[in-house]
Amino acid sequence: MTPTLTRRTLLSSLAAAGAASVLRPLSPSTGRRAILTRPIPSSGERLPLVGLGSWITFNVGDDVAARDSCARVLAAFFQDGGRVIDSSPMYGSSQEVIGYGLEKLGRPKQTFSADKVWISSGARGPGQIEESRRLWGVPRFDLLQVHNLMAWEEHLPALFAMKAAGRVRYVGITTSEGRRHAEIERVMGSQPIDFVQVTYNVLDREVEDRILPLARERKIAVITNRPFRQGPLIRSVERHPLPAWAREIDCANWAQLLLKFIVSHPAVTCAIPATSRVDHVRQNVGAAYGRQPDESMRRRIVSHVENL
Amino acid sequence: MSEWWTYTLSDIQSFSLQTWYRLFERYNAAIWPAQIVALALGIWIGSGLHLPHRGSGLHPWRGRVITAILAASWLWIAIAFHVTRYAKLSWVAMYFAWGFGLEALLLIWSGVIRGRLTFERRPDAIGRAGLSIYLFALLVQPVLGQLLGREWRQIEVFGVAPDPTAVGTLGILLLATGHTRWELIAVPAIWCAISGATLAAMNAPAPWMVSAAAALVVILAAWRTLATSRTSGTSTNG
Repeated sequence: MTPTLTRRTLLSSLAAAGAASVLRPLSPSTGRRAILTRPIPSSGERLPLVGLGSWITFNVGDDVAARDSCARVLAAFFQDGGRVIDSSPMYGSSQEVIGYGLEKLGRPKQTFSADKVWISSGARGPGQIEESRRLWGVPRFDLLQVHNLMAWEEHLPALFAMKAAGRVRYVGITTSEGRRHAEIERVMGSQPIDFVQVTYNVLDREVEDRILPLARERKIAVITNRPFRQGPLIRSVERHPLPAWAREIDCANWAQLLLKFIVSHPAVTCAIPATSRVDHVRQNVGAAYGRQPDESMRRRIVSHVENL
Repeated sequence: MSEWWTYTLSDIQSFSLQTWYRLFERYNAAIWPAQIVALALGIWIGSGLHLPHRGSGLHPWRGRVITAILAASWLWIAIAFHVTRYAKLSWVAMYFAWGFGLEALLLIWSGVIRGRLTFERRPDAIGRAGLSIYLFALLVQPVLGQLLGREWRQIEVFGVAPDPTAVGTLGILLLATGHTRWELIAVPAIWCAISGATLAAMNAPAPWMVSAAAALVVILAAWRTLATSRTSGTSTNG
């Protein structure tokens, strides 16, 4: 039976829709209203403080059951307000699995696609980027980064040309585990990049000295990788009880405490923890809700974790 | 890769232990009942190596058949495992496939075409170790995985899975007559080292097992080489 549309039902529906748009993005799992965001300095576009990495976790090959599991992780990520998904041609089948998940979810419009070019030949960069785009199934990437600075002198001009032509929105560079920071600084100081991606977590804080201040000075957005040192960090702290004072910054678990330390740094735009589990992605994105640590609380987190 | 020396295996290990186990589960399902055939051939090889025989060494045709079976296994794994499946997780698998293909070619050239690979039941420590290592790869190694928490569907079987095939081949090569076959030992020993490191990077239980077996074979092979050279040196001087 087709429901009858009356003036009363129409008005109540519109009121409900209006309320929903005000309240969104609503996190069902956290019960909090709005995900916290930070602007990309070069454009002002705001991104949620927590994104999703895909290193190891999304490299499941053509295993349909595992791909469906990854799609469920993506669904929970978007449901809780996440946007930024990061991958690379280096990550095996991760790009293809992300593409599979996005397709299954109906290509969520809020997706902020961040990928990388990772090839020693500058001439072969565009071909690799096109292949990555095909695997993701997106019309264009939001962000393309030179992975681990590989052949950046050749790739960056091509990426800037793509940006000028509207074929990518932002350009960046990446490193991990503290490698080549001097070179990262040189590129940040000399090239008009929008993003830099570095390793930053409660125990690996080298970037606080020079790279994060330089990012603020040069108005470069910062994506931070390896927030849990690929797992060992969180596994080691989870052997201990979560300190009671973690509730003062709305942390329900260790993942949120570790992530809130990272994203509360004013230069950090977004952290990208990777996971293959729905409960973990919900915990992670939960760090982008509620109160964030101030400077004294940040020092307290460092001190506490270092002394565990 | 710039500053490649700063990378550890865990930095480039791009998939999880769970994904690795699932790879074998799906591989086993896809190739069934090839495992039964491989196991039967493995038992035949084992019985041929173990059973009493006349004269020195097994019959040359038996050496050819054993080598042909080993070569077929290495080639099968190169294509059906590395190229067809493992390469979907890691680009490095294509290089592994070339390595396994090379070992197959070396076995065919040395043992099948030239017929210079025969095996004997050696009564000494090296012979006993070789046979034990082979039987370990054939019968114990697959079961150990299950004891360490893997599901039986994720079993690795000699002849179709890389680790037990590499370890088993190394055991058999210790039983080869004549000089130590370093050219045939190299690829399986390197694979065992890579596999052990890969398992360690994934925090797998007992990751050292495969590497330790290979290390034992290399040590015994080196011992045999030294002993042979001393013997020939003594006889030359005498």
